[in-house]
This record gives sequence, structure tokens and C-alpha cells, in this order.
Amino acid sequence: MANKQTMRKVPAASALAALGDPMRCAIFEQLARKPSPVGALAERLPVTRSAVSQHLRVLKEAGLVTDMADGTRRIYRLDPRGIGAVRDWLDKHWTKALDAFQAWSDAQDEEEDRR
Amino acid sequence: MTIAPILRSVTVKAPPATAFARFTQQMARWWPASHHVGGEPFHEIVIEPHPEGRWFERDKAGVEVQWGKVLAWDPPGRVLLGWQLTSDFKFDPAFVTELEIRFDPDGTGTRVTLEHRNLERYGDAAEKMRAMLDSGWPGIVADFAAFADQE
Repeated sequence: MANKQTMRKVPAASALAALGDPMRCAIFEQLARKPSPVGALAERLPVTRSAVSQHLRVLKEAGLVTDMADGTRRIYRLDPRGIGAVRDWLDKHWTKALDAFQAWSDAQDEEEDRR
Repeated sequence: MTIAPILRSVTVKAPPATAFARFTQQMARWWPASHHVGGEPFHEIVIEPHPEGRWFERDKAGVEVQWGKVLAWDPPGRVLLGWQLTSDFKFDPAFVTELEIRFDPDGTGTRVTLEHRNLERYGDAAEKMRAMLDSGWPGIVADFAAFADQE
């Protein structure tokens, strides 16, 4: 069947690498807020349209965003099929949480040492 | 479909028993404050210290939102939790991903290793999510956005 949807396996590493760039991360978060065309993203962020397009291509290849035609424009949004987005959020979350635990726990010990 | 587990570790100065107690019983003291699931910031985060114990946040007004449950309680070396928040950050008793935290001696301190696995189970959720989005249900992306905003 020509239009059969194929299940894509997205390597998590590429999703993480794609979001390692701060501007791509910003674009991703903008799209989480609201599906948008390239022009609207370029207006909200300090980069050119063509830079936004390039970043979107990387995000799309990583399975994080998807696009659909809307008249002459393309609307980008988070790819709901991709679990790359969820995994990335969790990865960032656990990194932040463990770092916070380490800082807090070590601070408790320093406080005890001072007593 | 399988997806790689998340594996993270840090080393803390405290010995394992202390690190275990601080991690599991004083969670609200160190957990990133913006990462709450309920509508209000958490006041406490509770892990009931026994198998099948609930893991939940409680806000100042006493409203509780469950995150998961205890699958194995083995102080001071290990705790296995069920993380039961779906991709739209809602508690689902039928959805369980394993979160194992190990506390291994490292010199006079502790190496804390966290592994979040069974992430492919989010694939099933993603399929459901897609079906809902396709039928016009708008909540998911907005919920995700609310979370992303808290970063």
C-alpha cells in the first residue's frame, strides 16, 4: 500500500544531539507551545528564516518535529509519533534532578562539618 | 520497538545509608521546584517506604498528585520505583516505567546511579496520543508546553 504509514525507529542519540543546540532547543520549545510556520518562528527568535529552516530540518530528521501543508505554507509541530521528545525531556529532567541532589546532599555534609 | 534507557550518575560525599535516606525521604528539599505535576507547587514529596507504597507530591493545601509507586525497597543499596506519568504528565495506574536508583559505596561517599527504563512503553502512549490528536483533541501539546515552560 503506497500510503501505508511506516513506523520509524528514531535513534535516541540523534534526538539528544539535535536538542544539544540552544537555538534548536528554543525552536522545539516554541513548537511545544504552538505549532507554527517558519516565518512565525523567525519572528519570535533572534535568527533568520533560513537558519530556522535549517534547524527544523535537523529536528525533523531526529524525529522530534513533523510538518504539514497549510495552503502555501508548512506548519511545524512536535512529532506526536516520536518518543524522542519524551525521552529527551526525561533525560534533561534526571540530569537536573541528580545534579540538584548532589549539590544539596553535599551542602548538608558541609554544614555538619562546620558544626 | 526498543529505546535506550536513560542512565545518569553522580557521586555524593555522604555514605550510602545517608544518601539513600536523603534521596528517598527528603525529596522535596532537593527536587527541582519547577518540576511539579499538580497545578500548584509541591510542599512535600512522599515515597511510602515499602513495596507498593505510593510516590506522590502534596501541595500546601494538601492536594496530592501521584507520580508512581515503590516496586522494590532495598535500603541502603537500591530502590526501584515505578514512574507512572504518561507523556502528557498524567498519572496512569496502568502505565509503569521502571526507575531504579542504586547507592554504591565510592570511597567514603556514594555513587548514585539512576536508570529509567521501559521507555518504549511511551511508544504505545504516543500511538494513543496521535489518535487523539488526529481526532482533534488539543490538550496534549498544551500540557507538554506547560511543562517545557517550567524549564
